[in-house]
Amino acid sequence: MNPGGMVGKAVPRIEDDALLRGRARFVDDIHLPGMLEAAFVRSPHAHAAIRGIDTAAAAAVPGVVAVFTAGDLVPHLTAERLVVGLPSPSYRLEVDRPVLASDEVVHVGEPVAIVVAASRYVAEDAAALVEIDYDPLPVAENCRDALADDAPRVHSREPHNLVAAFDMAYGDIDQAFARAPHVLRESFWQHRGVAHSMECRGVVAAHDPIGNRLTVWSSTQTPHPAKRLICALLGRDDEEVRVVAPDLGGGFGPKLVFYPEEIVVPLASILLGRPVKWIEDRREHFVATTQERDQYWDMAIAIDGDGRILGIRGSLIHDHGAYTARGVNVPYGSAVTVPLPYNVPAYRLDVKLALTNKVPVTPIRGAGQPQATFVMERLLDRVARELGLDRAEVRRRNLVHADQMPCEKPLKLRGGTFVALDSGDFPTAMADVLAKTGWADFRARQEAARAAGRHIGIGLANYVEGTGRGPFEPVKVRVTSNGRIRVASGATAMGQSTQTMLAQIVADQLGGDMANVSVTTGDTAAINLGFGGFNSRQAVMAGNSAHAAAMKVRKKILKAASAMLEVAEDDLEIVGTRVALKGVSEHGIALGAIARALDGSPGYKLPGDLEPGLEAEEHVIVHDMAFSSGSAVAEVEVDVDTGAVTVTRFTLAHDCGRMINPMIVDGQVVGGIVHGIGNALFEWMGFDAEAQPVTTNFGEYLLVTATEIPEIEILHRQSPSPLNTLGVKGVGESGVIPTPAAIISAVEDALSPYGVRIAQAPVSPADIIALINGASGRA
Amino acid sequence: MQGSERRAISVSVNGSRHDREVEVRLTLADFLRHAVELTGTHVGCEHGVCGACTVLVDGLAVRSCLMLAVQADGREVATIEGLAPGEDALHPLQQAFKDHHGLQCGFCTPGILATLVEYLAENPEPSEAELKVALSGNICRCTGYRDIIAAALDAAARLREARA
Amino acid sequence: MKPPPFRYHDPRTLAETVTLLGTLENAKLLAGGQSLMPMLNMRFVLPDHLIDLNKVAGLAHVEAEGRTVRIGAMTRQRDLERSALLAAKLPIIPAALAHVGHLQTRNRGTIGGSLSHLDPSAELVTVCAALDATVTVAGPGGTRAIPFSEFPLGYMTPATGLDEIVTEIVFEAWPAGHGFGFAEYARRHGDFAIVSAAALLAFRDDGRIGRAALVLGGLEPVPTRLSAIEAALAGETPSEELFAELCRPCAELEAMGDALVPASYRRHLAPVMARRALARAAGIAAAAIH
Repeated sequence: MNPGGMVGKAVPRIEDDALLRGRARFVDDIHLPGMLEAAFVRSPHAHAAIRGIDTAAAAAVPGVVAVFTAGDLVPHLTAERLVVGLPSPSYRLEVDRPVLASDEVVHVGEPVAIVVAASRYVAEDAAALVEIDYDPLPVAENCRDALADDAPRVHSREPHNLVAAFDMAYGDIDQAFARAPHVLRESFWQHRGVAHSMECRGVVAAHDPIGNRLTVWSSTQTPHPAKRLICALLGRDDEEVRVVAPDLGGGFGPKLVFYPEEIVVPLASILLGRPVKWIEDRREHFVATTQERDQYWDMAIAIDGDGRILGIRGSLIHDHGAYTARGVNVPYGSAVTVPLPYNVPAYRLDVKLALTNKVPVTPIRGAGQPQATFVMERLLDRVARELGLDRAEVRRRNLVHADQMPCEKPLKLRGGTFVALDSGDFPTAMADVLAKTGWADFRARQEAARAAGRHIGIGLANYVEGTGRGPFEPVKVRVTSNGRIRVASGATAMGQSTQTMLAQIVADQLGGDMANVSVTTGDTAAINLGFGGFNSRQAVMAGNSAHAAAMKVRKKILKAASAMLEVAEDDLEIVGTRVALKGVSEHGIALGAIARALDGSPGYKLPGDLEPGLEAEEHVIVHDMAFSSGSAVAEVEVDVDTGAVTVTRFTLAHDCGRMINPMIVDGQVVGGIVHGIGNALFEWMGFDAEAQPVTTNFGEYLLVTATEIPEIEILHRQSPSPLNTLGVKGVGESGVIPTPAAIISAVEDALSPYGVRIAQAPVSPADIIALINGASGRA
Repeated sequence: MQGSERRAISVSVNGSRHDREVEVRLTLADFLRHAVELTGTHVGCEHGVCGACTVLVDGLAVRSCLMLAVQADGREVATIEGLAPGEDALHPLQQAFKDHHGLQCGFCTPGILATLVEYLAENPEPSEAELKVALSGNICRCTGYRDIIAAALDAAARLREARA
Repeated sequence: MKPPPFRYHDPRTLAETVTLLGTLENAKLLAGGQSLMPMLNMRFVLPDHLIDLNKVAGLAHVEAEGRTVRIGAMTRQRDLERSALLAAKLPIIPAALAHVGHLQTRNRGTIGGSLSHLDPSAELVTVCAALDATVTVAGPGGTRAIPFSEFPLGYMTPATGLDEIVTEIVFEAWPAGHGFGFAEYARRHGDFAIVSAAALLAFRDDGRIGRAALVLGGLEPVPTRLSAIEAALAGETPSEELFAELCRPCAELEAMGDALVPASYRRHLAPVMARRALARAAGIAAAAIH
């Protein structure tokens, strides 16, 4: 078939059959002969000095093979700490996680020791017997309070809690505010909580002493970076370590981080000479896997008399948690994103990252962008109210227009390049969603509902999402001697259909038969370089590498076939697993035969004087980010007696460039929207004043279930990205970004008879009742 | 701490009998996954909320993390591995989930299908609202449920057709 | 999250069960396991012995004799939900069960287990209080009947002795055609109620209220019986306004507060749920009368 027929089609997923038959292989499904199971001993204190650790009673439990503390492990490592933070000049403190805590614990859940036993049951029995002499220390719980001069210090050895600070600024902000006829101020509190992939984390490690090869299976989004860290910590060469991300039961961000367990479990396996498995349980996930928590924003917007933005300025205090587990990227993403969809002539945000005695903060689906969108959209709602304008009209006057594309913004990405919106038509997308939802008629519907005692509301939010983080993600395409097409990539699948996406792009060039393509993702033995899955990057980065590699293989196939069949290349086509004369399918040659010919034969020339082998590895390099965009409308009904919010309808006009597989795109977007409903209304990772978690199970931490979802509709525009050959943009985080902003706007609209102003997400029913009764919010 | 008591049990799983000696504290989920080595049943929370570990015991959908293996002695357990009629075909539920993109990472899927096997047998023609209630004890973080509900409605129709 | 070690006992008779309970130290009874098993997995409870009731004969039944309805303690919630007998005699029980957990938990969870666990937010606790149920317990000295008003002693503390087991719950059915209403607010479908209310109304021939029962759940550690409202309802003609007026003082009741739900919010919900339950009870009764 001719290339181009597969990309853009809603073909079924190649992942599904194994998953539907219970034959997938998640990390806990791996069972090796002689395997031991581990449990970690974790701090019950948010902050305490460790005066002593006694492992004797635990080690004496029948079935226990070893109990290791930092003192046992550190001598075998090149470093005591996991230095993983992305580079930034903004750090004021270096607070890297220790492999295991030895003298001080700084959050509940911090690992102190590992118990390795015949089974997880026994390991848990023994873990309870490890005696740790803790001396509790004062706690910094709230990130705003943590920055006070007299605040308890999160780390006793550090002079303060300001781990990093930076500003993001352009334009003459002082002048913009000085000449503005209107300046409006708002403060916001936002919180996102825990990612809660349905599969928690887990690590299985096995060491082959004969080949001196360590294999680590980890439920990670980033196996290649994990391998580099394991090699560095163990002082091993690349060839001696293999990291495999097997099937992942979801990622959503936290699994991109490298964790202490990912070095402790492999080291335990090496020391004991037996495979070791550790599977994080849900209770551990609440305190040991990274989260995204509080952000406090104090903002001001300067506008002219028509509601056009003159400038935005303010400050952000961000809860960083107890350690740097990824970097400053979440608040950086927030700070960059605020003004992006709109024309904002001047901008300044001062950002402070505060340490707290809580689980480290790293990106969760959206990574700071939902919060930025919330702030911008709430400010625009305030402008509309202040000037008596329709909320959509205020946005229309300020949105970046199609004829501004590509639209460079004087804001720098973390790598130092300027942000440029690459393509899209924001005002038209917004017009589409307004038309679809009957925005203009809503007031009449609302009045009719109010007359019947019901409080319905509508809200709107625009957003952009930076996708396709570079610099590259390699893909190798190979035709085997059986004629099968093998694809390998550093890309890592955690549920986003990555294998189908790559197979579709490759099959598009190589015969169009998805069943003939096998894809290996997340295995460092399959390809040498890679980053993995985060930042909605894989369709862009790996997708384009796959396209380039497949085209290269295609060319070679046709050249070889031309030589072997003595037919001009132009007269040939690849159909299924064969190359055939166009229109004469019986005259041709199998892909396997070409591959075998290119394996070479001693003493003979290769067909067409080609290089040997039928494979290609490509790593398309792109530094600029591709910006997906969209416009969301939420409709809600509020029960003013209980404060309960029901999202009744959610409509998103969405543009992720050219769609590779519309079915998968919709799946990603809908999943993101429902995650966003959780962020708007349900999810809250609570801690008390002593930084003890108060939401530690799924009865207390509320994930959205089937009964809470609205009618959801996605409208598509496809503005191809000029940044890559396929014209694609990422989609994994889009749905979540505008959702809290649109929903909270709708709730406020529903409650307009009460004059309620909402400056927070999430908002609980209790909060709503309090707001109706005149209380102020959490910001 | 006392030693851990063991007991011999005999459990039928997907029609095959499995005689094992197990610790009395072993959960049914761990028995299926580790003793019988059927790893298609997944453990998501171990406190009975997420529904990933749902299996059928004597035809009823239950949380296998909240049952002990010894309680399944002499009973019939059905897991995801036993759902498809054979290598060449999927069960109508499985096919509908594939066709409607009712799964992404697939971790929660076995529990959802187990729940639906019981539910659709009793309610062959559910409304969308009834299906949402029936599935409210199965958490999915990937799909946002929309395509799961669509798949379940379609599966119900396919099953009705197969019966007719 | 694996259960701690314990000795496992699976008696076949009530007598055997009572004997085990009387002789074993630190024993826990395992009914449907929907509360105890999570607590074991989280190691919040560390029993030396687990006595599994699932094989004990004679504990699962729904029977009626005249207006008296007897429910065996090990009857599954799912069987109660689908019982035609209950739908006819004690319809508020299936109505409340529509809010209890999920298909999978109701397939295992039992009425006796729920009452013995005695979560203040549990729907069955609220309903049993409204119905003035009697709890039959068996112990070494034989059986005794505990009126439900005396059953909850405090937060998750039933009046059963350490050597006693709940065997049956006995109800006197309200007259045919009585009104019943169950209302609750939970954050998601199937969650424990933040506040729930159970209302029963019997009507006189003139359509006025003859007898009323009204109980709030989740507000306090034990069910909150609204006796004053019940008394005030007698002789009145049901109306939304009447219910709103009578229930308003519920906002002043004592209420629990915690890190997840402030007491002020529970208090706020109290009159809302009380009047919603009454309105439902009145609406259904009206339909039955016509």
